Amino acid sequence: MDEILSRAKKVAGQAEVFQVSSKRTPVNFEANRLKQIQTKESSSTVLRLIKDGRIGFAQVNGFVHPEALVNIALETCQFGMLAKFDFPGPRAYPHIDIFDAQTEEVTIDDMVELGQQLIAAVRQHTPDIVCEATVSKGIASVRMMNSEGGKASYSKSFFDIGLEGVLVQDQDMLFVGDSQSSCHPVHDFKAVAEEVTNQLELAKRNVSVSTKQMPVIFTPRGVASSLIAPLVAAFNGKLVLDGASPLKDKRGEQFFDKRFCLWDDATLPYQVASCPCDDEGMPSQRTTLVDHGVVSQFLYDLQTAALANTQSTGNGSRRGGLPTPSPSSIVIGEGDVYFWDMVRDMRQGLVIDQLMGAEQGNILNGDFSGNVLLGYKVERGEITGRVKNTIVAGNVYEVLSQLEAVGQEARWVGGLLLTPCLYCPSLSVATRSG
Amino acid sequence: MQSRKIRDKIANALKGHDADYVEIRLEESEVTGIVYRGGRLEEVGRTSSLGGNVRALVKGGWGFVSFNHVEELRHHAELAVKQARLVGKEDTKFSRTEPVAEIVAAETRKDPTAVPLASKKQLLDEYNAIILSTPKIQTSNISYHDSQKKVALATSEGTYIEQSRVDLNLRLSAIASGDDTVQQASISMGSRGDFAAIETLHDQVKEIARRAVRLLAAPQARGGEYTVVLNPILAGVFAHEAFGHLSEADHVYENRRLQDLMVLGRRFGRKHLNIVDGAAVPGLRGSYKYDDEGTPGTMTYLIREGVLESRLHSRETAAKMREKPTGNARALNYRFSPIVRMTNTFIEPGATSFEDMLSDIKEGIYAKDWYGGTTSLEMFTFSAGEAYMIRNGKVAELLRPVVLTGNVFTTLRNIDAIGNDLEMNQGGGCGKGGQAPLPVSNGSPHIRIRRCLVGGG
Repeated sequence: MDEILSRAKKVAGQAEVFQVSSKRTPVNFEANRLKQIQTKESSSTVLRLIKDGRIGFAQVNGFVHPEALVNIALETCQFGMLAKFDFPGPRAYPHIDIFDAQTEEVTIDDMVELGQQLIAAVRQHTPDIVCEATVSKGIASVRMMNSEGGKASYSKSFFDIGLEGVLVQDQDMLFVGDSQSSCHPVHDFKAVAEEVTNQLELAKRNVSVSTKQMPVIFTPRGVASSLIAPLVAAFNGKLVLDGASPLKDKRGEQFFDKRFCLWDDATLPYQVASCPCDDEGMPSQRTTLVDHGVVSQFLYDLQTAALANTQSTGNGSRRGGLPTPSPSSIVIGEGDVYFWDMVRDMRQGLVIDQLMGAEQGNILNGDFSGNVLLGYKVERGEITGRVKNTIVAGNVYEVLSQLEAVGQEARWVGGLLLTPCLYCPSLSVATRSG
Repeated sequence: MQSRKIRDKIANALKGHDADYVEIRLEESEVTGIVYRGGRLEEVGRTSSLGGNVRALVKGGWGFVSFNHVEELRHHAELAVKQARLVGKEDTKFSRTEPVAEIVAAETRKDPTAVPLASKKQLLDEYNAIILSTPKIQTSNISYHDSQKKVALATSEGTYIEQSRVDLNLRLSAIASGDDTVQQASISMGSRGDFAAIETLHDQVKEIARRAVRLLAAPQARGGEYTVVLNPILAGVFAHEAFGHLSEADHVYENRRLQDLMVLGRRFGRKHLNIVDGAAVPGLRGSYKYDDEGTPGTMTYLIREGVLESRLHSRETAAKMREKPTGNARALNYRFSPIVRMTNTFIEPGATSFEDMLSDIKEGIYAKDWYGGTTSLEMFTFSAGEAYMIRNGKVAELLRPVVLTGNVFTTLRNIDAIGNDLEMNQGGGCGKGGQAPLPVSNGSPHIRIRRCLVGGG
């Protein structure tokens, strides 16, 4: 790293080297049985430099020739965008717990047993289900340094357990699933098993709905699969800067329902999306995006913040290219209504747990439309069974500007989103006739 | 990667393991990316990679090790075998393929990796200028990537294959903004090694910019069942999502009930319906000579005359289902184990002209191009980038983009007309098991589907 930086400093005004190495050990189960044990090691080195005001970029996965790396970055520099920022000098970083030495200590045998227990618990409920499961542990180490004296490094441990099951009955397929992630080892399969068996229980019977407008409860998984992609895009500082976000001129306005609070938080202890700093060396923070319905702040990296005359929010994230604003953990604030009270409140409606294809429309405008892969019908305050061959369509901003209620029990989905259930008064539902 | 030296090293690392099968893959690649947002050239960069993996099979159990440190090949191989041994508890079932030794060079016409960065930038500048000079356009989004990749595969059965390929992908979006609405229109193009495929898009770029603006005032479809006509690009996505994924044998080979549902000979569509997948077509993005297990690419009829004829296999799924391997085991890159994937998937042309297809539709939807598509095997969705009402046999007003959904057991039967105008779309990428985007192509002629469910307000 030092050599790359010192070579880069000789040819460019400013330079920054970022290195990440990781080791992940997934244990995979297929068709209810142990199938594959993997070890995945990787290392990447990224050089960003600023020469004559322009940004150059080169990345190497694997063995690095420092001179070649510098030359490639220099070549791209002549075409690169104009840098509006300086690399950050020395900073104080918050202490955030994201490493647990116990995680690495979990043995393969323990992981195999955990997966087997999870599958057994689900099959005890529904013997004919065919499950795929993964139990995975890993460590990622990040180091970065730049020509302005900035320096950061950290290690993160992570552990995931997840299951997806399919139950085929005649010509009907039912898909269920859940997962859990933490920097701590997960020793208990019960939370995932309970969620999955709960889905199986509610979906025991197929029932039909009719094509019309009706109230809808989004479960935490339903929120994740329906509403989050458009929101994440809308709060991306880059889209705001380009004028491609519907929220571009809504800062300070009461744009959402008063009960709706949303924030991004990279500082939550032992969460897999947490870290002391972002991929540009800016300290991690909690950023309020919506405060009781009022649009508060957008997510920024250094360059976008400079172009927008504001400060980075520590959300510069590398996804195989230059840093770009990207959320860490997204959190939706809890409300005061229990899920079952929402159900009891409905005369006729829908509970959406998994919407398929909802992210594949014009998410810039907040539109979502998808097939109800897992959802339940509510009649006179009770869930009566599973709904299928049904498509719902709506707009995130319309849904979130007028909520019927916000749930009391927030739940993590996929390690990246913490959300309660959201109850929306009316949504367009269309279904196959006969 | 210097062929001779690497080859010896791999051969050495493969020797003397107590395993039913071991394979080593080494991969070297270089990707160039250019990204624009609005007037800003956002990113010009280059990523090069050298890495590999070892996969071992012992008594039906797999071990897999991926790495960037290619020096310790022997060590990686031993670890993979050890892991496989922890898993294996039954008999190995793995179809044999003839061992081959072959070096397959990249097919290129105008090699994109040889085009100077300045020329690429100039072309993208032209496209960007067309979008941004269109009145009411708010911004643009352009993402260009080309890659060259060389993969060496060696197996304990004596196969040694080196394959090189050059791939390019371009997506252009025009974004228009009006009173409280943001609309976009895009095109996505790809090519297996020919920069010329993206050099003459000026008219199409102008068209997406104009369409994005027109969408600002367009109404949204009403949700419900419609007769829909899909253009060749969207019908290709439909073929991929509606049936292609269900044909991948890894979904069914361990699931007895799914096997009963997907029994060969079962009727899924009418007699006019033929769906084919295959890598053995030259020059398409899903084409190759050998898959990532060393099986030669083939052409496979998934549906012939409406009836399920065969499915896509890896060597393991073929052996377990006692069918022939089809050369469809593919890995996105060295960090992943090969899984069953599609290559070039298409609906064969029929006899109906586009005009005839529309003529007896009183009210329907004409849906074109794609945002995306996804499937849960039984149910699937696919979304159109462009849609119009059909009224009294004519294409009528523009609609906001629509999402369509179907059920494999009914929707394929509801295809009642297949056009005579097959087109392949090279712009797509497929995702499965966390491996995305894998280069594939899809295609079809225009098709008409009765009673297709459309989402709307």
